[in-house]
Amino acid sequence: MPKPHLDLKASSRKPAPSRPFAVAMTLIAMLAATLCVRHAFASGPDVAHFTLGNGLEVVVIPDHRTPVVTHMVYYKVGAADETPGKSGLAHFLEHLMFKGTNKNPLGRFSQAVFTLGGQENAFTTSDYTAFYQRTPRDRLRTLMEFEADRMTGLVLTDEVVRPELQVVLEEQSMRVANNPGARLFEAMEAALFVNHPYGRPVIGWRHEIEKLDRAQAIAFYRRFYTPNNAIVVVAGDVTADEVRTLAEATYGKVERVVEVTPRMRPMEPPHEAARTVTLADPRVTQASLRRFYLAPSAHTAAPGENEALDVLASILGNGEESRLYQALVIEQGIAISAGAGYDGTGLDYGTFQISATPKAGTTLPQVEAAMGAVLAEVIDKGVTEEELERSKNSLVAEAIYAQDNQTALARWYGAALATGLTVESIEQWPDRVRRVTAEEVRAAARRYLDERGSVTGYLVPTPSPAKARGPEGKHT
Amino acid sequence: MTSLKSIAGRPAAVLLAAALLTCAASVADATQIERVVSPGGIEAWVVHEPSPVIAVEFAFSGGGAVQDPADKPGIANLAANLWDDGAGELDAKAFHSRLESKSIGLSFSVGRDNVRGSLRTLAANRDEAFEFLRLALTAPRFDPDAVERERTQLVSRLRRASTSPNDIASRLWWQTAFPNHPYGRPTGGTPDSVARIGIDDLKAYTKRVLARGNLKLAIVGDITSTEVGSLIDRTFGALPAEPELTPVADATMQGLGRRIVVQLDVPQTVVTFGLRGIARSDPDFMTAYVINHILGNGSSSSRLYREVREQRGLAYGVSDSLVWLDHAAVLIGGTATRPAVTGEAIGIIEREMQRLGESGPLEQELVQAKSYLEGSYPLGLDTSAKIAGQLVQIQLDKLGIDYIDRRASMIEAVTPADAKRVAKRLLDSGLLVTVVGQPQGVSSTE
Repeated sequence: MPKPHLDLKASSRKPAPSRPFAVAMTLIAMLAATLCVRHAFASGPDVAHFTLGNGLEVVVIPDHRTPVVTHMVYYKVGAADETPGKSGLAHFLEHLMFKGTNKNPLGRFSQAVFTLGGQENAFTTSDYTAFYQRTPRDRLRTLMEFEADRMTGLVLTDEVVRPELQVVLEEQSMRVANNPGARLFEAMEAALFVNHPYGRPVIGWRHEIEKLDRAQAIAFYRRFYTPNNAIVVVAGDVTADEVRTLAEATYGKVERVVEVTPRMRPMEPPHEAARTVTLADPRVTQASLRRFYLAPSAHTAAPGENEALDVLASILGNGEESRLYQALVIEQGIAISAGAGYDGTGLDYGTFQISATPKAGTTLPQVEAAMGAVLAEVIDKGVTEEELERSKNSLVAEAIYAQDNQTALARWYGAALATGLTVESIEQWPDRVRRVTAEEVRAAARRYLDERGSVTGYLVPTPSPAKARGPEGKHT
Repeated sequence: MTSLKSIAGRPAAVLLAAALLTCAASVADATQIERVVSPGGIEAWVVHEPSPVIAVEFAFSGGGAVQDPADKPGIANLAANLWDDGAGELDAKAFHSRLESKSIGLSFSVGRDNVRGSLRTLAANRDEAFEFLRLALTAPRFDPDAVERERTQLVSRLRRASTSPNDIASRLWWQTAFPNHPYGRPTGGTPDSVARIGIDDLKAYTKRVLARGNLKLAIVGDITSTEVGSLIDRTFGALPAEPELTPVADATMQGLGRRIVVQLDVPQTVVTFGLRGIARSDPDFMTAYVINHILGNGSSSSRLYREVREQRGLAYGVSDSLVWLDHAAVLIGGTATRPAVTGEAIGIIEREMQRLGESGPLEQELVQAKSYLEGSYPLGLDTSAKIAGQLVQIQLDKLGIDYIDRRASMIEAVTPADAKRVAKRLLDSGLLVTVVGQPQGVSSTE
């Protein structure tokens, strides 16, 4: 099926949605990947991690297979750190970071990257904001000079800020307003988090985005963009020693702007009421449902719990062998699709997610009941040793496949360190997965697949379906 | 990248792009490509790389959606979706179960011209992985329950696409550009046509298009040439020598100067625009590729981005690509805007294309574009699967096994005079524009 041809990949400065499925699975793969790299290239160099005098953390992931380097800067600030009423500010500032400094006016940094044949982009999540470039290895110093300069040297004028606000509003239209599924996702997150700012969309609420301006952006920048709130990750054909020398000569010269305070967000009260939300739109052609359960993240989970949730998600809903797919799609034949995933990447919380699309002739309540029965069985009887082994093997195999992607590795380390994890915790991940027991999986299911901590979202068509009207008349 | 692939049935060679001069030598060294011909006469391009993973990419040239009959589009797509849903003695569940237990990835995709496939395996499971591929290609079962399941999923996706402004705009664009030609038909079919496809259609198509004679194959991993030879004989040897392809006529894109507006109640209006492109085999292709990079590569180094997004804030994304097919070539792009400025955005896009066509690029733009396109090539060849995919594309495009070595000098050879001449050749015509939403300042031309 032809997809929309608007080339999203090529447009820069795009935010990742806060905590989607795909990201969760990718991060699991990336995480696993790091370890396998170390196993597969046992004689290879180790990941290095050090801190400069001004508080900037640096991670180096040597990978000498191609003469390319990935350079990333993570700031430990995201949408969940915004002041209420100013949602979207972290992401808006991410866009504005490309507007130049006194030393390097608008366009000079990007042009330097392009002239090298390099790539650049940036993304924002609830917990961090990141900028990256990929270029030939010998240009690392240039990248570091530019990135160090804009760490504290950003200059904004209304002339560049105003059109960029329109760009962000168009981005919101494209990602959310034009997309019924994305609107349901926003409504579900808002319902799941009754007190924590994870309930706000990363891109912001439209009526609040519209009021953002230059002064607010600069104030936010001065509060959070400082070397002692940043992590630089370099992956590629480099050594830890040369990166340290370059980092000290560039980033090392940047003065601390402010002291950073602990990230204390308002936390969730006990959830006692299961919630449901319904989004009806004439453009919905097929009803579907999703459910989010509040869960811990890798950072907040008790030992072993995070890995047990990864395994549980895999057994319940990853692929055609999973319990949900087998029960709903194959055996009962009542659904077109069914799956599950666990996103444990947040600083404060994770989510466990389940989804299903009923077949024509089947109702949402029928599918929801069948889904409930599958979950109840796992809670009640647990999982088999065979399922346990298969899912653990699969998590580890994904790791091996992901190992040759240097940018994926850099993203994993950056995201992990920006959300309170350590290099050591990443390195020990495969061993922890291998130690997960069937009883731990069942315990995680019993504890977290609790409807009181859940939101169920229904995406349904409105009675009169959308009709496209045009001269050709048949594009409905 | 995905979007380009789905438009053109080709990977985004446009985005993968090029080798920095300082890197060119090392890329060539790192990527020693060997042409292996098996004892049975099957050819594969192989890169030997010490890695725990083996990546295999392949295509059956000419076997894509162009082979669908005019009254039943979607056969190729449905069939390819079913090749891994049961084969040989294994039904769909058993087949997937075996693949998953060995963590073997096998997938197929159908483009306008070609059908492509991809196999990834841990080196330890190599022989089994190839055996699954053999079964999928030579003994797919098309069990009725699997066919119905796949058909239902596909119809659901097609129905969803039928209310998506991006899909409507794109489909209408191709339909108008290539009336009465396979390129004008939706690659995945329609809910109605997919409902009418029979198991006999799927079997007949599969038998016709999968053959040794139109196979293009690349393998990257820790494997010797002798091992490749015996593996590919075993895997593909039972396929017929030559495919029985329905001939497809060459076509010229139609609808230049037309605008078609479709009203749809969505907050943001979606625009697809384009004109005639330049064939991959045309001596001017590489120059056109450089020109197009300057026009609409989607980043701040392109004119459309600067004028539509950066200067005026009319859109989040605006870009275009050259799409080269076996029987036609187009330049196609898109953007999305709030309704009040849709007319303005289209006007600016037209004006910028015209301006570049009339005057050609600035010398500085040309230098920078060439530098980018040369330098970025190794960045796009940084995983085994990407290398294998690019080697298949080079075979499909008939560029020769030394193309990666020659590419940088071909870009370097583009002169300002060439650029000016080809910019005029490429851009000196009206646009076909399709618009979906509630736009202001633009209406249908007829």
